[in-house]
Formats: sequence, C-alpha cells, structure tokens
Amino acid sequence: MRFVTVSGPPSSGKTAVILKTVEHIQKQDLQVGVVKFDCLSTDDDELFRKHGIMVRKGLAGALCPDHYFVSNVEECVQWGLANDLDVLISESAGLCNRCSPHIREILAICVIDNLSGTGTPKKIGPMLKAADLVVITKGDIVSQAEREVFAARVHMVNTKARILHVNGITGQGSFELSTVWMGSEDTSTVEGKRLRFSMPAALCSYCLGETRIGSDFQMGNVRKMDLDLPTGEKTDGGPTDLKGGS
Amino acid sequence: MRDLQNMTVEVCLRRWPFVQQFFVEQSRAELLDTPDVELGAALDPFLLEALGVFIGTMEEFLGTSEEKVNRITIRGGRAKDGSEEKVRELTVRAGEVVCIVGPTGSGKSRLLADIEWVARGDTPTARHVLINDEVPDDRWRFSTEHKLVAQLSQNMNFVMDLTVQEFLALHAESRLATDQEEKIQRIWNWANELAGEPFSLETPVTSLSGGQSRALMIADTAVLSASPVVLIDEIENAGIDRQQALDILIRQEKIVLMATHDPILALMGDRRVIINGGAMVDVIEPSEKEKANLDELRAIDARLMGLRHRLRMGERLDEI
Repeated sequence: MRFVTVSGPPSSGKTAVILKTVEHIQKQDLQVGVVKFDCLSTDDDELFRKHGIMVRKGLAGALCPDHYFVSNVEECVQWGLANDLDVLISESAGLCNRCSPHIREILAICVIDNLSGTGTPKKIGPMLKAADLVVITKGDIVSQAEREVFAARVHMVNTKARILHVNGITGQGSFELSTVWMGSEDTSTVEGKRLRFSMPAALCSYCLGETRIGSDFQMGNVRKMDLDLPTGEKTDGGPTDLKGGS
Repeated sequence: MRDLQNMTVEVCLRRWPFVQQFFVEQSRAELLDTPDVELGAALDPFLLEALGVFIGTMEEFLGTSEEKVNRITIRGGRAKDGSEEKVRELTVRAGEVVCIVGPTGSGKSRLLADIEWVARGDTPTARHVLINDEVPDDRWRFSTEHKLVAQLSQNMNFVMDLTVQEFLALHAESRLATDQEEKIQRIWNWANELAGEPFSLETPVTSLSGGQSRALMIADTAVLSASPVVLIDEIENAGIDRQQALDILIRQEKIVLMATHDPILALMGDRRVIINGGAMVDVIEPSEKEKANLDELRAIDARLMGLRHRLRMGERLDEI
C-alpha cells in the first residue's frame, strides 16, 4: 500500500487537492482511503465518502493534534491494509505551525496557498521544511509574479523539496501529483520508523486541564517571553514581513 | 560535497554572494556581522545541509539560465475516444504566437497541462513534448527556476499590499535579476505604453485598474519571468493595447500560446490549433481573406471603443 502524509495550514486546500488527485487514482480501479485528523470538528469525512473514498476521522479534542496523530498512525496504516487499500492518505493541519506529521521514508506533502502571504513559508516551519513535495494552490487568482515570488520563498525554506502547482478547483496539476503518489514506496508498516522532526515539548499544567491564569498555576514545561528588547531592535513578524524579509 | 563545515562566513559569502539572502531568509542575518565564524559552528546540521543544497541549486540556476528554449514540439497522442490524434506534430518557435481554439471541455486545458508537465507519453493523452527537439529531463517538472510555462489569465489579480516599485523589486530580487533598476524602469515604461491610462511607480498594485493590472502583468512576465512559454487565457479588450502586448512578448522571444475566442486576437496569431474531443484536430494559418478581415474587425472594434468613450463622457448614444 502507498502511504502519503499530507499536511498544510488550515484552508490551504488540502482536501480539495486530495479529492482531485484521488480521481486520477480511482480511474485506475484502485482503492483509496483517507484518515482525516482535526481538532474539534470536521465534515470532510462526508465529502470523501461521497467520492467513493474510505474514510476515518480522528478528532484530537483536548489532546495536541499532532501527538494524537503520531500515537495513532500505525493503527491507521493497519486499518488501510486490512481494507485492501492501494493508497492511504493522512490529512492533518499542523495547527500550531510547530509540528509536522512527516515520517522518514514516507512521501511527505505540504500544501500551502499563494494567498497566504510571502512571509508564510518561513512561518510554518517543519511541515514545510521537512516535506518532499510542496503543493502550491490558488495560483489561478494571483499574478504570475506573485506565484514566482511565492515559489522562490518556499524554495528558500526547503531547498530540497520539489514544487508543484495544483488548482483544487479545476484540478490542474492533480494528475501530475497522482503520478508522484503512485511512484512512492510500498509500505506495510510505520512501526519503528521515525518522525522527521520532533514534536513540540509540552507538558505543563495547561496540558493537564488547568484553566486558571497566573504563575502560581503554571507547572512543568513553562517558558516566559522576554518582552524587553534592546533599543533599536525591531520585532519580527507583522506587516513588515510582507515586504519580504530583506 | 563542499566543505562548508570549516568555511568561515566571510569566505562563503565571497564565493557565493547569494548566500546572504539565505541567511536573511533563515532569520540568521546576524551572521553577516560575524565574518570569522565557521559555518559548522554557526549553523545546526539541518541548516548546514540546507545551505549546501541551496548553493547547489543556485549554482545550477545561475549557470543554466542562459540555456535558451528555442522551440517546443508536441507529438500527437490520442483523443478522448482512444483514436489517434489527428495532428501528429506541432512545433512552436520562440517569438511565435499560436492560438488555441475549441469548445469548453474539448481538451484545451489538458493540452496546456501536457506542455507544462512536459508530457512523456505519461499523461491521459499519451502526448510527448520535446524542448529544442530533445526529450527534456525532470527538472522542468518540479523546479521553481525551470518552470516552462508562465500563465496570464483574466481572473488573476495582485494581492500583495505593495507599490508598483516595491512589487517589481520583490519579483526582481526573487529572480536574482541583474540590473534590477533598469528592468523595473523598463517594465513600468512598457506597462504604461500598453495601458493608456498612466500610473506611477508609487501606485499600490492593488489600486491599479483592470487594464493597468493586465498591462503590468504582461510587461513583468515579458521581462522578469524565466519561463520561456507564456500561456494567455484571453486578453480583455479594455484599457490595454493588445497588439502591443503581444509584440512585447514576441520581442522577448517568448513562445506565446493563447486560448481565445476573440476574433481579433485569434487572427493576430501566426497559427491556430483547433481542439476537439481531447485532440488537436487541425492547425491552420490565417488566410489572406482573414487577414484582410482583421482590418475590418479592428474598425468595428474601434467604433465600439468610441461608443464606450462617449458613454463614459456622459453622452447619449442616439446616433452611433
């Protein structure tokens, strides 16, 4: 079974890209399944089912979604094998921009959209940095120049990744993406494989359900911001990033 | 592989000046102030490896950008019904404009996608695409710098909150263009010639009119885009000189493919490809009669534009 991890910021077009790409795989009479990871709720499982895709959804609820992903991924692979799937896709949103679900030796895709701003590739971190293939969406509504600038920014953050432009609405580029998926390695287990990037260190009182605010209630892995900057130093992030970090 | 580990920041920057951009992008601009630090000490292994790959791809980029695409050839595959595609071979040369016509769903998009993906018999149409008569390698498929096709379509807009000057500078910088100032000036001049209504370098790109936006996109693609093929999905006949727009792209030796059903645009092309049932069914050149009709079509067009202008000026159209 081919196993592909797809990640990307919320609303970047992951589901649309998966649906369009799967169409080409289904034309070859192959069975496709998706495991959709999310935090609180998702209706995408219905959408996948409508397209003849077997689907399971995993809602992390109170847990860190990425820890939840990695604690369940081997079971998902076994579910895919038990159902004779030819291709299994995991979809997750990398919600805190610090995590990435990418696993060594498993094809890792990051979906990111042209509208998210040129500062975004730098911000979203490991799920982009550790991907094998970066899919850029929503290219049909921005100018050629902006597409080129955006792709160059992605390239700066992940120099090794291949970059593919896919349109989630018309499907342009999805056939090409399907050939990459089908060309990936056959997988029968992820047991013993390693994540490409460690998950965030998090074990503080808030992880355990604390809701009160204040130092007295904070225990474990807690770090305080340094709000005093040396004079003259500019803060990072914010609107200045639009101009392109130079 | 290069011994980056023991190289100092200064030596690295002297050898590959573009590394400066890498440090800035990785939020490590402070390294520029510490020229004597060795890279092995300054960067974690992950970044060091990324730097090595970055240098490699940039060298390739700078070295091969001279390699010119003079022509692309499309070898026919099969139609949607499985029959052999009628047109067996189509070669389009740099500086040539080829129009693509056909009803919705006829396979225009797939043809353009085949070109963009440099098909090798591995797409649903089984077409083959050659570059300069040779079977091209994989880099055309995935790399940012070797993207074969630049696209211009009616739905495209500028979304960045920048002035024209800042916007062009950003694009030039990401393309590592030489003579950035000259290129920015040239794009701006050309765009103003195309647009009719002038705009300044200080105008925010998001406040440009439709015609001005189109004009800027075309001039920018002509000058700064590395892609040898430009794909145009109609050019609306408002606020832009279309003949001149095509001339600019031709002057920059672009291979221009234009999906259009506008009679004037279609006749401006050197040839037109007719698509039906998922296949190229014919390639025709404008006949002498058609060329003669082009003048009449332009006259009709000019009349319509005149009416448009009168409306704008608040006149009645009782007499036309």
